[in-house]
This record gives sequence, structure tokens and C-alpha cells, in this order.
Amino acid sequence: MLDKIAPRVALGNTLTKLAKKDSNILVLDADLASSIKIEGFKKALPKQFLEMGIAEQNMIGVAAGLSTLGFIPFVSSFAVFASRRVCDQVVTSVAYPNLNVKIIGAYVGLFVGMNGATHQSLEDVAIMRSIPNMVVVEPVDELETEEVVKFAVNYNGPMYLRIGRDVMFSIVSSDYKFQLGKSVTIKDGSDITIISCGAIFDEVLSAALLLEKEGISARIINMSSIKPIDEDAIIKAAKETCKIVTVENHNIIGGLGSAVAEVLSEKYPVKLKRIGIGDIFGKSGTNKEMKKKFKLDASGILEQIRDFLKNNFN
Amino acid sequence: MNNEIIKKEKLEEIARQTRIKVVQMIGKSGFGHIGGSMSIVELLTVLYFCEMNIDPKNFQWEDRDRFVLSKGHSCLSLYAILTQKGYFSEEILSTLDTVDSILQCHPDMKICPGIDMSTGALGQGISAAVGIALGAKLKGKNFRTYSIVGDGESAEGQVWEAAMCASKFKLDNLVAIIDYNKLTLSGKTCEVMPLEPFCDKWDSFGWHVIQIEDGHSFTQIIDALNEAKNVKKKPTAIIAHTIKGRGISFYENQVKSHAVTMTVEQVERALQELHYPQNEIEVTLTQMKEGN
Repeated sequence: MLDKIAPRVALGNTLTKLAKKDSNILVLDADLASSIKIEGFKKALPKQFLEMGIAEQNMIGVAAGLSTLGFIPFVSSFAVFASRRVCDQVVTSVAYPNLNVKIIGAYVGLFVGMNGATHQSLEDVAIMRSIPNMVVVEPVDELETEEVVKFAVNYNGPMYLRIGRDVMFSIVSSDYKFQLGKSVTIKDGSDITIISCGAIFDEVLSAALLLEKEGISARIINMSSIKPIDEDAIIKAAKETCKIVTVENHNIIGGLGSAVAEVLSEKYPVKLKRIGIGDIFGKSGTNKEMKKKFKLDASGILEQIRDFLKNNFN
Repeated sequence: MNNEIIKKEKLEEIARQTRIKVVQMIGKSGFGHIGGSMSIVELLTVLYFCEMNIDPKNFQWEDRDRFVLSKGHSCLSLYAILTQKGYFSEEILSTLDTVDSILQCHPDMKICPGIDMSTGALGQGISAAVGIALGAKLKGKNFRTYSIVGDGESAEGQVWEAAMCASKFKLDNLVAIIDYNKLTLSGKTCEVMPLEPFCDKWDSFGWHVIQIEDGHSFTQIIDALNEAKNVKKKPTAIIAHTIKGRGISFYENQVKSHAVTMTVEQVERALQELHYPQNEIEVTLTQMKEGN
């Protein structure tokens, strides 16, 4: 079933609801409130909304300063600017002093409207994952976004929230509670495990259904907590299904696939296939065009999994 | 008048002790950013001993004035000032730059009492100071926030982002003091990246600008900080003309004084110039030789 609203909208709604009860919750915006759909917060709580202009580096530093007084600043920008543009500010002014700043990277991976390669964040997870003290989470749907935002407000420390632009199918169950470092098995299976998260997840589920028709039982794991990652679930899947595939809306270097590979190679080596964007830049176009070009629609994912099985297990 | 003279003498003594401790720290650790540390000694002395409302015994007191050393590499003189204020014991100064020390090469707020913000990457501290001053306004707190920014650091675009932002939010509780010593790591600011018309820049960004001709004059620093308190609806920038390496003849106004290693002979000469007693100098030199 399709969600009613996109993760970015759920983010704004949830933050507004929580900030009405807690005046320490602030939103810092870099002139993108209308795109990130956080205007509702601005209208409802103008004193807790700080427009910082198109000056992301300063925005991170100001958030760091605010956090030292007990505020919980959520800085909001497109993921490209919230990660690579402010990388040193995040490292030195936020992560090194371990300050309570939440960084919202919205418009993630390839799916950035029609904005093309300059606005596609294919490196943000790699950047954020390698910074000490930083936690990296990418919720999959409306409900998980709400849960992750609630968690972020109560979690004391730096956090990167990778928030999707478009409406998703409802993935997590209605009684779902987000736990840092824990994944959720959305569908059990015995032949292969597919680990994914975020805006690509509905294509993964469709691919799994197609695999099922071919007699291949796929376990599907939603790994929204990319750092810390759920090592136990990865090792269990390796033991029980012997084959792992990761699907990510990110460069296959440094993202979810790499995080899973690190666990497997150290703890329980099995064959792994990383599906994602293969170290190339994106293009302008619709999500549908993008998924097709980069083989990230259900049929593209299916084709890559078939090749993986054929080349390694026949 | 008499009180003022006594006060001035006391401040001069604190500044002299600060410079002695900086030389001793570098002598012991073998390396340090001496030039920029020496150019801000009087600024720090006035901030910590005349201006700021702080309580070293309760260094996390929420209503304290805040200080952010945006040019974090100049923290040697800040450490020497903090120990004289009683934030930590003087013996700790000799642990500078050792792995488990609270005194890292750039200030770490998580482990060093009295540090309000971790700094080191230039251009970033001033933004944090803006955030602190903005937060004080949001919380209705009356404390003031001070930041020392380097002149070379002012080539960073983020400094000007922060300047615009402080002006937008009318942060009259924020004072940025620019250590205008005219030198960077590699050369003269007028050649590396010209800043002039420097005062006009801050003025055009909406700041109240006070220029002090002698950034080592206690009277001029005190007067400027007093003037800043009466400024309403805009932040204040104090452009303080200083001398890099001030107090040690062979480092004054020298590009090479940005970061130095000091020989035993250089430490001895520096301490003599600072009128440190010869018998105490011998102790310092012995410790230095033992350390090496």
C-alpha cells in the first residue's frame, strides 16, 4: 500500500509536533524549506525556525554553538550540501566535540527531482559513515521516518538523517519502533538475502517477488541504521542463506554495500553482490528514467541478481 | 588613578607570566605556534582578568560569558591564561601535545576545562560563537560571547558567512576581536590575501567597528570592550593591530615565528628577555634537556 506522504513531509510534520512540546528543538534552513517541505514548521513555530541563507558552512557552526546551550538543532539541506559541502565543518565543529546536532540530508541518491548530477548525493553515506561519533540512518517510509525523528530528538549526539523525497510503499509494520543498530526483516527467505534501505526499497521488494516466481526464496532486510550496522543480522543471513546482495541508492563505494562487506569479510565471508551506482555520476531525469538507466528498477535489480547467481553458484 | 596603575601593573605581570609559560611549554614539547599566541596575550589577559563574567570553579555555569578562540592554533597563551585563572593546575602545562593530555595542539572542549568550543580548522570558531550568541538571545540570557579571529583566518569564506549571519540576527551580545598581526604561516597578509580595506569590510557587513592602534595596550583594549557594551542591535568587531611574536625580539614580526621548534639557547634567551629569574631559567633548561 502506498504511503500518504513522503519521508520529507513526515520529517517536517513530526518535527513540528515534537517541537511544539520542546522549545529546544530548532530547525536551521539554508533556503530550501519549501523543497524539503519543512515550511509547516516555519509557519507553526517561527521562533524555532532559523533561516540561515545559502551559507551551509556557517549553518553547521551556528548549530554547533546552539547545541552547547542545550538546543537540539536540526540543520536541513539537500544531502549533497549537508554532507560534502560541509564535510570539514561537520567533522571539526560537530563530530569531534560530539555535539548534539542533527543533520538532515534530504533529496538523496539519484532521486532529486530533475536536478541531475550536481544535486545527486552518491557520496554522502561514505562521507558520514567514516566520521567518528556520527550515526547514519536512512528511514524507508513515512512511519519509519516518524520513528527515526522521534529517536533523533532523544538521542544525544551527532546524527545524519538521509531523508527521501518521494512517497513510498508502506514497508514497516504499524507497531514498528526504530532501534539504533537494529535492522528489520521485512520478508523471510532461505536462498539469498537482500539488504537495502531508503528510497530504493520498493524496487527491491518487487524484484524479490519476481525471484520468488523463479523459485528463489529471498530474505529482505531493511537496514535503516547504516551506522551502527546490525552485524548480528548480517552474520545470521550469511550463515542461513549463504549469499548476500546489497541494493543502495548511492555509489557502491563507501555506502551500505561497503558497510555490509566490512562485516562479512571480517566475521563470516560469503559471496556478496553490491548493487548501486557503480562509481559514475548521475544524470538529469525522472526517477523512473534514472532507475532504468542505472539498473535499479525491479527488472534491473533482478537481472543483476540473476547474473550474480549464475556467475557464482551454477 | 592609583588603582588604575596597580591594575595595569597586575595585568602586565599576568601577560609576562603568560609569555613565560608559552616559552616553557614550547621548550618542553619541542614545538608550538608561538607567533599568534604572543600577539593575543594582552587581549586574553583583559578578557579573562577584566572583562568576562566567569567562574573557574564552576566552569560549566550556564550564565557565564563565553569565549571561542577561532584561531585555535594560538591556544598556548590561552592555556597559560586558564591556568592562572585556576581552571587547571600549572603542572598540566608541561603535558602539552602529549597523547593523554587535556592540552591538545588545538583546544578540545570535551577534555579541557574552560574551553567553550573545540577549534582548529580556521573559519569555524566564529560561526560557533554566532550560534552561542544567537542561542543566548533565544533563551533570554544576558551573557556575552567573545571570539578572537585571525587576520589570515579572515580569508576563509565562512568568516564572512558568519559576519552576515551575526548582523542579520542583530547580535549585540557578540564581540569578535581580530588579531591583525599582518602575518600568516607563509607570508604577509597583504601579499598572501589582501584584507584591506579591512575595517570597511566589517562595517559593510553590518558590524560596529572599533579599530585599536595598539592591540597590546590594556587601556585601548578595555576602552574598546567598554564601547562594545553600549552598542545596540549589531555585533562589534574590534580590529586590534598587534605584533606577531610580541615579547621575544627574535620572533617579533617574523613570518618564521608562526610555528617553531626552540633550541635550549633560544629558550634561555627568550626567558631572559621576559625577565625570568636566571635560577628559574636553569630549572627550565634542565627539564628541557631531560625531556629530550
